[in-house]
Amino acid sequence: MIEVKSLAKSFGKLQAVDNVSFNVMEGEIFGFLGPNGAGKSTTINMLTTLMKPTSGDAIVAGYDIRRHATEVRRNVGVVPQEYTADEDLTGLENILLCADLYGLPRSNARPHAMELLKLVELLDAANRKVSTYSGGMRRRLELACGLINYPRLLFLDEPTLGLDVQTRAAVWKYIRMLKDEYHMTLFLTTHYLEEADSLCERIAIIDHGHVIKIGSPDELKASIGGDVIVVGVTEAEPDLSASLSQLRYVKDVKKTDHEYRIKAENGEEASIQIIDLIRSKGLHATKISLTKPSLDEAYLEFTGRSLREEETTRSQMFSQRITMARARR
Amino acid sequence: MEKEIRTATTTEAQLQGEEFKSGVSTSEQEREFRAAPKLDTSPTHGLWALTNRDLKKWYKNPIQLIISLVQPIVWLGLFGKALNFGSFITSAPGVTAAEAAALMKSTFGVTDYFTFLAAGMLAMIILFTAAFSGMSVVFDKRFGFMNKALSTPIGRGSIVIGKVLQSTIRSLIQAGIVLVIAIALDYSAMTAHLSVLGIIGAFTILFLMSFGLSSLFVMLALRSSEWQTQMAIINLLNLPLLFASNALLPVKLMPSWLQAVVKLNPVSYANDATRQLLVGATATNSLAVDFGVMIVFAAALAALGIYLGWKLLQK
Repeated sequence: MIEVKSLAKSFGKLQAVDNVSFNVMEGEIFGFLGPNGAGKSTTINMLTTLMKPTSGDAIVAGYDIRRHATEVRRNVGVVPQEYTADEDLTGLENILLCADLYGLPRSNARPHAMELLKLVELLDAANRKVSTYSGGMRRRLELACGLINYPRLLFLDEPTLGLDVQTRAAVWKYIRMLKDEYHMTLFLTTHYLEEADSLCERIAIIDHGHVIKIGSPDELKASIGGDVIVVGVTEAEPDLSASLSQLRYVKDVKKTDHEYRIKAENGEEASIQIIDLIRSKGLHATKISLTKPSLDEAYLEFTGRSLREEETTRSQMFSQRITMARARR
Repeated sequence: MEKEIRTATTTEAQLQGEEFKSGVSTSEQEREFRAAPKLDTSPTHGLWALTNRDLKKWYKNPIQLIISLVQPIVWLGLFGKALNFGSFITSAPGVTAAEAAALMKSTFGVTDYFTFLAAGMLAMIILFTAAFSGMSVVFDKRFGFMNKALSTPIGRGSIVIGKVLQSTIRSLIQAGIVLVIAIALDYSAMTAHLSVLGIIGAFTILFLMSFGLSSLFVMLALRSSEWQTQMAIINLLNLPLLFASNALLPVKLMPSWLQAVVKLNPVSYANDATRQLLVGATATNSLAVDFGVMIVFAAALAALGIYLGWKLLQK
């Protein structure tokens, strides 16, 4: 659905996106994870043709972003980071305006707009001015506008920026529904780890304009060394370290007095085998715990630091402040 | 949710149709969510939608319109009435009313200053409205709407022309109101030469002026997202365009270097034509020259605006 080949964008001396390459498969939710200023929005802006790349190529929904920008625009949906709806118009007027901008035939625009407002549960508020909407409602309206042209591929830039936990969960629900029921491909950026973790099938960690690692959340976590299993035993002897190390998935075993600390790749299956092994030797396990490495740790491992806020330009600050202020309404 | 939308039932369609009085037919409601219709790919699609959006914001908030009319009313009612050049001339000893009128006519092209200024006020309100057309571009950028528009396949030129059109339509309506006010303030002088054809001609040339000036200010805003910069540009251009024209005072009274500048100012050509057409003023240029200059001005700036729209709106 998306093929990116060494895409780069620089603003003066600043290399915002530096030779980024990746592919997004049809029907997946692909996430760009990174701190503010990492190059996420710049990448999404290039893929949605708002910005021209300095070098490199990308094919989006079958069209070249340089040569066939208008075709790309026609075939993808975009939910930008900021709230773009016109405050002085109603929700319905806004979505019909979007339909006109896409050139959707009038006869189709209205029923489809109603269909989408229903999908995002805004039918009751359809004829209210957007200035009376809450942050969650605005985000849902943006989502509906992004879907008006029947896209197979939807871009979401920081879809839950500034939203409270409940509203965030609601947005996640819609995103999953679009994938599961409408078989859409979704590309989203986020700087929330839990969002990337729970929503995305594959994640690209991006920092300072570079893609550092691409993989599923589980792969990313596994690649930092795997799960940690701690087993307590009643008897300190015999030492099972050697036979434990022989087990499949187990990578490392450390023994303290009454505990084995085991690093394993597939913790769930490994822990069953560990228990079986202990029992087969006639010993008794008193407790077992399994700790999965969090994406947080994976992120730390790959970027050398945790997610942080970075300085942004004045106009970025302004638009983010507006977005946040509206979201909290 | 999905099932409901994919195969919406007749009752649902009827329910929605009733609720929103959209006259949606059942077959349209039953359309599958994924069955995309053919999009209108003409280069002007969405142009009117964009124009209408701005107009809607304008007429739904009439305070803006009322405030914009205060300035020309003050100019006409206070300045225009106070600056009575006719009686100034007759106040000189030994000057007859007929001689004064002849002197006014040869300097101003009309026999009283009020009618001279009335035509200039039409140009002024159009100039000031056009100057702020760039401001709405800046606000659209600031508040995110521009990004929404840019992510759709709408022609970048349509984004520019949409802004130009909304400003042009607004300014012409305002100019119409100013003309009515001027007639109300001095009925006999203003209606002495008024004709339907004259009004049509005057508003045609005012349309050309507004279209050209709005194009100019919109294109100056294409790269800017700071409203302060835009304010500075407006202040920089607005008063020179007004004062270095024949809007407030006749060219004859100006020093020769300023006369040369006035000749380059498109506002002067529009004024010359509206004065001839509305209040029967003596011509500086023939109407053909006035219209010719304004057509070239409007077309050239609009074309440049469209070109720059395509070039500058993608970062």
